[in-house]
Amino acid sequence: MDLDKDKSGNVRTRRRHVTTRRLDKIFVELASVYRFIARFFKEVLFPPYEFREIIRQCYEIGVRSLPLISLTGFIIGIVFTNQSRPSLAGFGATALLPALISVAIVRAMGPLVTALIAAGRVGSNIGAELGSMRVTEQIDAMEVSATNPFKFLVVSRVLASTLMIPALTMYTTFVSLLGGYLNVHQNELTTLTTFFYQVFEAITFLDIIASSVKSVIFGFTIGMVGCYKGYNSSKGTEGVGKAANSSVVTAMFLIFIEELLIMQVINAIRAF
Amino acid sequence: MRAKEINPKIDRNEKVIFIRGLQKAFDEFEVLKGVNLDLYKGENLVVLGRSGTGKSVLIKIISGLLQADEGQVNVLGREVSKLTSKELDALRLKIGFSFQNSALYDSMTVKENLEFPLERHAKDMSVNERNELIDVVLDAVGLSQALNQMPSELSGGQRKRIGIARTLILRPDIMLYDEPTAGLDPITSIEINKLINEVQRRFNTSSIIITHDLTCARAVGDRVVMLLDGHFQRQGTFEEVFAAPDERIQAFYNYNFID
Repeated sequence: MDLDKDKSGNVRTRRRHVTTRRLDKIFVELASVYRFIARFFKEVLFPPYEFREIIRQCYEIGVRSLPLISLTGFIIGIVFTNQSRPSLAGFGATALLPALISVAIVRAMGPLVTALIAAGRVGSNIGAELGSMRVTEQIDAMEVSATNPFKFLVVSRVLASTLMIPALTMYTTFVSLLGGYLNVHQNELTTLTTFFYQVFEAITFLDIIASSVKSVIFGFTIGMVGCYKGYNSSKGTEGVGKAANSSVVTAMFLIFIEELLIMQVINAIRAF
Repeated sequence: MRAKEINPKIDRNEKVIFIRGLQKAFDEFEVLKGVNLDLYKGENLVVLGRSGTGKSVLIKIISGLLQADEGQVNVLGREVSKLTSKELDALRLKIGFSFQNSALYDSMTVKENLEFPLERHAKDMSVNERNELIDVVLDAVGLSQALNQMPSELSGGQRKRIGIARTLILRPDIMLYDEPTAGLDPITSIEINKLINEVQRRFNTSSIIITHDLTCARAVGDRVVMLLDGHFQRQGTFEEVFAAPDERIQAFYNYNFID
């Protein structure tokens, strides 16, 4: 009886209210993201430019990621080659391994793996750093000293990540191919020249352009998500942890969505 | 600590901050319910009140970090709510804000923290002039030796001093101190109180000091106001404020004051 009463009256009203509030929250968040991105494009175009901070961030994001990227890229190259061999060997087509590795790494794995690693390392770092600066009022301190904290903190980091992720992607691609070569050389005794000849023969100019465009978009996403989460983190140390965590999760989620969409567009262009 | 002697240089004809009917609420919680306040040139004004009564909100509104819901906030002759962002930045250069937790940029050394505002707002200054100015403010806060230290290597009191030095470097007309002695031991608190008076004397600043530390209020305040229930309930010298028969003011005194 109580259940019926609720169903006919109050519960439904309350449920509608909860749903509306959630929807409101989503739209408010979307508007906030839109304003944040719009502000970035507005601030990035007009001086003053924080060149020193951009270079410092390029070093932090690019150079400091090299050890992790090198190791991961190299291992992925070896593992991918090793795992692909049995399938090709079944058709007696192991000679096609360099072409397969090339297409897989240049088109998809290079940009994707670099972006995922960067989302973990760089995204969380930016989220936590800006989050703690927000919590300890360092961002307010910049504002009251008439310095634009958005330009100094957000624009520099997003620009650095947009510039550095494509560079890291190229590097990862090269290191992964090198790992693949070592494996191929060990098993098929292919020379370095032959390996790279086959690698470049298998890919087109469009593949390289697509890979570069993808990594620019991934870089922008990682920087933007980390900055948004950190810059708008709520007060308290819990907020810093949440900012770091959601920077990684959101960036990774968006990277996969973007990968899917870009792949569709590139395939359409290729078919055309 | 002895009560402060009122600064003879206070100019009662010149109001540097003029607030009328200031209201601010967060969601349904009204923090400030029509605050009126005048700060005179050269004066140290202490705003006393319990935690959560809106003391920090008041100075954040003055510096433009928060926006008032209602009321007039006039700083150095400019209406804060009507300023463009460029005008607000120009005004902020004349206001120094010392944060409760110092808010030093923790990825920079002390020197870089002090250089940060200069690099942006004193671009014509040569490196030598910059270094001289940094020496002057570090000397003023008694921490010349901390030049190349990171904020994490400094004690709470030292961080407060460097925070004050960073605000002083642009020679502000107004200083806003948010809980300057919070979290400090009594001896360091006394040193900070002396520094606040020294800043007033040496740099001829007008200041608002937000605190619930009565020792600090008595040591630095030319005038004290008590914020209760979103209004200033009482104002005058420290003794005048606490001579009031109001139970809440007496309770604040009895439970907090350590002479």
